[in-house]
Amino acid sequence: MSMNPFCEIAVEEALRIKEAGRASEVVVVSMGGEQCVETIRTGLAMGADRGLHVITQDSSSLFPLAVAKLLQALVSSEQPRLLLLGKQAIDDDCNQTGQMVAGLLGWPQATFASKVSISDDKESVCVEREVDGGIETIQLQLPAVVTADLRLNTPRYATLPNIMKAKKKSIQRVTPEELNVVIGSDLEVLEVTEPPKRKAGVMVASVDELLDKLKNEARVF
Amino acid sequence: QASSALVVAEHGGGSVKNGSISAVAAAAAVLGDSSPVTLLLAGSGGSELDAAIQHASSAHPAVLVARSPLLGQPLAEPWAELLVQAQKKGNYSHIFAASSSFGKDVLPRAAALLGVSPITDVTRTIDQHTYIRPIYAGNAMATVRFKGSGPCIVSIRATSFPAVPGLALTGVGHPSIRGNLRDGFPEAIGKSKWIGLASQQTERPELGAAKIVISGGRGLKSAENFELLEKLADKLGAAVGASRAAVDAGFVPNDMQIGQTGKIVAPELYIAVGISGAIQHLAGIKDSKVIVAINKDRDAPIFQVADYGLAMDLFEALPELVAKVPSKRL
Repeated sequence: MSMNPFCEIAVEEALRIKEAGRASEVVVVSMGGEQCVETIRTGLAMGADRGLHVITQDSSSLFPLAVAKLLQALVSSEQPRLLLLGKQAIDDDCNQTGQMVAGLLGWPQATFASKVSISDDKESVCVEREVDGGIETIQLQLPAVVTADLRLNTPRYATLPNIMKAKKKSIQRVTPEELNVVIGSDLEVLEVTEPPKRKAGVMVASVDELLDKLKNEARVF
Repeated sequence: QASSALVVAEHGGGSVKNGSISAVAAAAAVLGDSSPVTLLLAGSGGSELDAAIQHASSAHPAVLVARSPLLGQPLAEPWAELLVQAQKKGNYSHIFAASSSFGKDVLPRAAALLGVSPITDVTRTIDQHTYIRPIYAGNAMATVRFKGSGPCIVSIRATSFPAVPGLALTGVGHPSIRGNLRDGFPEAIGKSKWIGLASQQTERPELGAAKIVISGGRGLKSAENFELLEKLADKLGAAVGASRAAVDAGFVPNDMQIGQTGKIVAPELYIAVGISGAIQHLAGIKDSKVIVAINKDRDAPIFQVADYGLAMDLFEALPELVAKVPSKRL
């Protein structure tokens, strides 16, 4: 299963932080069924040191709050200084998990990051974020949660030697029960439907024709 | 349990923001006329907050105010804690907010603290616990029901809930509630610091509310060429947006990006210039009333969704449009 694009950006940022000497280890986590292993291997092939697979029977029950609770449990045993996530998954487009786990951990958060700079003393992180009004800059004390936006970086491709090395890196499997997390859900998806389709449009041959249609047919002028 | 809603009212420059007015409209639509809707306004204090409180209370009787130096900036940690405290005090059945970058940042954190899953970026309300939201960049719509105990926390897409000024903010004569929440924030709050916001000053209408939006893509080829769009926008009184490609290329700043992970717009008229029409971009414009596309590539996917398509070189089309389009500005 291919990695969510925003998560790829998060992994890439973690690798850059390590390469800059500001982190000693990059651990990648994925949650769900067996298909997660492939996703974790991709992270390892990019350069992460080890993987964690929270194995669940049923991926459809993994709403963001459940993922956040599982991450909270992992964080308490792993004790990372920085938790990096993609800002949203491109299937459910929720954009919630990072914010939720930050709340549960009582950690500060910086979402939609377009630039991340860990301080020299590794006690804080300065983040530029893409918000409605432009670029906002905030500074967080570590440990903190940062979610990655599109322009944070361009992820590297895994090189063949790294793909081979990745096969030897460890992926630890753990269940929600072992983490003492009960996965319930307070949400239910009743149905998924197609949105209403727009009527097919027409091609116009000139600016004059366009303006005529806009004025007399669409009546927007 | 009787229904009641708290609406997080963002404000700026002394008035409640349009997105939050839309959130009030959504709350009122879901809860019906007999349930109270309370607006929450907060800040560090000062004349702008006071003006916003005036704006809110002039149209809506139930306003909850929180003043604290910790709330002077849009930092998620104190604001999420404020929502938790407001909820403890008011025991609302629902909390609504606009799905703005602020709402996206704060609401899920608050929801987790309150132990519930929020339903975000809602485009339609079915009943008090059932909502429709887009998934897969708007290529599918999910009907989601909240079945938890605890407040039903919902963020709404402002473009799906038009804010009719005056009408949307009409309360039903509930007494004014003005409370000042005390500073009781836990430790986590002091760990973030707001440094600054880099934004462009513009007199043009806000993208989310503009009646006409003119958008440019990679086809514009440079930042300077966006001036062609701006001329057209000025004549029409329109807002200017951009595709992700144009922002990535550095032609325009990020706050102009329209699409799945940028801004969602639903104007009367959307004109896409030099934009190919990637799915992620279309996600941001699907609810526009009329879509026009100008692109010299006849096969560009944008023509699949455009009501009117002009396969022409934009460097020829734009000057001609600027010359011939009726002037909206007086």
